[in-house]
Amino acid sequence: MVRARDLFTAVMLFAIYSLLSAALFAVLDAGDVALTEAAVGAGISTILMLALLALVPRHEAEAPRPNWPAMAVVVLTGAVLIYATLDFPEFGNPDNPIQTHVAPYYVQETYNDMGIPNMVAAVLASYRSIDTMGEGFVILTAGLAVYALLGTRRRRTPNKPAEAEE
Amino acid sequence: MRDNGILRVVARFLIPLIMLFALYIQFHGEYSPGGGFQAGVVFAAAWILFALIYGLDAALDIIPERAMYVLMLVGVLIYCAVGVAGVVLGGHFLDYRPLLDDPQYAQQFGIVTVELGIGITVATVTMLFFTLFVRRKADMEEVGGND
Repeated sequence: MVRARDLFTAVMLFAIYSLLSAALFAVLDAGDVALTEAAVGAGISTILMLALLALVPRHEAEAPRPNWPAMAVVVLTGAVLIYATLDFPEFGNPDNPIQTHVAPYYVQETYNDMGIPNMVAAVLASYRSIDTMGEGFVILTAGLAVYALLGTRRRRTPNKPAEAEE
Repeated sequence: MRDNGILRVVARFLIPLIMLFALYIQFHGEYSPGGGFQAGVVFAAAWILFALIYGLDAALDIIPERAMYVLMLVGVLIYCAVGVAGVVLGGHFLDYRPLLDDPQYAQQFGIVTVELGIGITVATVTMLFFTLFVRRKADMEEVGGND
């Protein structure tokens, strides 16, 4: 168990975890996912969280006393999720639903349909392109939300400091 | 950090390479791992590295904030435009086959175009995040106090 009250430590641990996940994906031959995890999870997320850490205090506030109802909810949810993993299909079994539903079509027909070898790109941008459009809108919405929170520039005059409005 | 000679030299060497790599995974994404999301993020990372070394103002001279607002909408609109073009030319929404005569080329054209749209949006939104965070930090320091 790792417990970090220093948020800088937490960010660095998150980045290391992300990089290890990327290495794991690379070992599993999932090049697209590995590249995404390395670029987004380990790279940009870390930079953005560090930029955010410059805005907030570095240490987590000390909680006055443990919040037992919240603890109970978290433990219960975790127990239910772990119980649910017992129903997972066997790892790597060729008869798993994920191997028998649409995946065989993608594997066999992508090259005939599109003439490109990267099935991940084909699924993302063509077979499931409406999903990807939704993701594009998610990114755009995130940009708009951050702009709505931080984008207002406070008026400054040369000799008078800006009024703090928060 | 602009006074540190090692950082300047290494960054001057690395930034073009990172941007080139971003373009590679953007436009080679159908053949090798990659795509719009990764390419946009990597491109933004190169710009952020430039901003860290040479300062945000120098970076904003290259890609102004106003351009980011426009481009993040342009990226999504490119995506939607490809979808609507499929409808106008007699197919379904985001059906690429009506776009060109050869169905395989049409699919490739559609994939490359929508990935470009995604890449533009992701890159500009990421740059915008960084710009807004840094500017808020500067505002807070000007007002004084960190809380």
